[in-house]
Amino acid sequence: MTRYFTQDHEWIDVDGTSGVVGITDYAQSQLGDITYVDLPAAGSTVKKGDAPCVVDSVKAASDVYSPVSGTITSANDALGDAPETVNTDPEEGGWLFRIDLSDVSELEGLMDKAAYDAYVAEL
Amino acid sequence: MLPLDAWHRARGGRMVEFAGYWMPVQYEGIIAEHTWTRESAGLFDVSHMGQLFISGEGVEAALEAVLPIDLATLKPYGPRYSLLLDENGGVLDDLMVTRWNSGFYLVVNGATKWDDIGHLREHLPDEVTINHLEDSALLALQGPKAFAALERVVTGEYPLAALTFMKGGQFKIDGIDAWISRSGYTGEDGFEISIPAADAERVADLICAQPEVKPIGLGARDSLRLEAGLPLYGHDLSPDTSPIEAGLLFGINKRRRTEGGFPGANRIMREIAEGTARKWVGLVLEGRQAAREGATVHLGADQVGVVTSGGFSPSRGEPIAMAYIASANAAPGTKLEIEVRGKRLAAEVVSTPFVPHRYFRGA
Repeated sequence: MTRYFTQDHEWIDVDGTSGVVGITDYAQSQLGDITYVDLPAAGSTVKKGDAPCVVDSVKAASDVYSPVSGTITSANDALGDAPETVNTDPEEGGWLFRIDLSDVSELEGLMDKAAYDAYVAEL
Repeated sequence: MLPLDAWHRARGGRMVEFAGYWMPVQYEGIIAEHTWTRESAGLFDVSHMGQLFISGEGVEAALEAVLPIDLATLKPYGPRYSLLLDENGGVLDDLMVTRWNSGFYLVVNGATKWDDIGHLREHLPDEVTINHLEDSALLALQGPKAFAALERVVTGEYPLAALTFMKGGQFKIDGIDAWISRSGYTGEDGFEISIPAADAERVADLICAQPEVKPIGLGARDSLRLEAGLPLYGHDLSPDTSPIEAGLLFGINKRRRTEGGFPGANRIMREIAEGTARKWVGLVLEGRQAAREGATVHLGADQVGVVTSGGFSPSRGEPIAMAYIASANAAPGTKLEIEVRGKRLAAEVVSTPFVPHRYFRGA
């Protein structure tokens, strides 16, 4: 399994063509208290850069972009009762949705952890 | 730059640009700061707001010509809410007016203060002087423990306890002159404190050294005022809204409602008599997804309104909103829908405030 990062502060764990997507710790710290997550329905298809998911904080609603194209296979329904998990555990228990990748070559444009950490350090 | 800019940064405030200034949106987090204010006491820096002193020969008649206020009933040192209206009765700003010994002290919104000064200068006679108190900072201490914390650091000719809601007076904090009124923008008991800008850090440090007090950012200021059902100029009020639609009849003093003689009086008096086509009301949403400014409100196929402020209510644990709604559909209990990102969210009209006010009106 390999973890990749986007410039929009999503992460994706990829194993073969299966991916798990969430937002980074930096993203949750910028958003502040998260009060609701609008999760995508299983079976829906998305293109890389689409926003299948919305994270609501006290301040604002923010799009979560899909790092890759594919079909949503499931979502983290536990966030319905506990959206604050995205604040407390953004890069594990606060994952958002699972996706079956339609084109693994899209991963080539994403960052690894070292590159992402350097990117955030510049912000 | 505002006088407490460095003070906020040193305390970990996350700074954002607002009304042309850098101000703290939060310190430890909006929900924690919101809850702290409701349970203890929060210190807000509102030095971006405009503080004006208006004086001179004929100032009373001149002010009554631009504001729908009855100054004959305005006793010294008690702030009163009023409205700056345009010729059509649209709201240019909402403000507080206090009679001081030799004139009137006005507190106006930060984003509108320069326009307000221009408007007042244009409409007040030359004998009336507008003094912009730019060397004064303004703090608000709000919450059920605000009195206990402030009383410890205040001295004056009479005790702080003599102030009830919407009363004010001159006090000293650590020897510094402070104009203090028992008023605010959270629905809680609390105080607004005007001090020299040069002493703002010392006063803020002293108040925050009290165990009941933490500094609070703009984020919680907005969620607290929304729960209190209080309008925010530029969002809930604008030149396109009338104060009668907004339910601010109390901002048009009784004598003025019959006598008129203020900007927009024709429309305002007609609306008082005949009602308005829409009303500013509260909505509680089902579920947890919030509706924000600009979201449209629907009854079946018809659009019946638009949201002007909305967000998640930390105190109630559910999303709330304020909206202008067609008067026929604006009664509490009416079931409506709000469109958010292409989805219809169920909502119900409720009476406001969303969280009861806890002003101190006397023992």
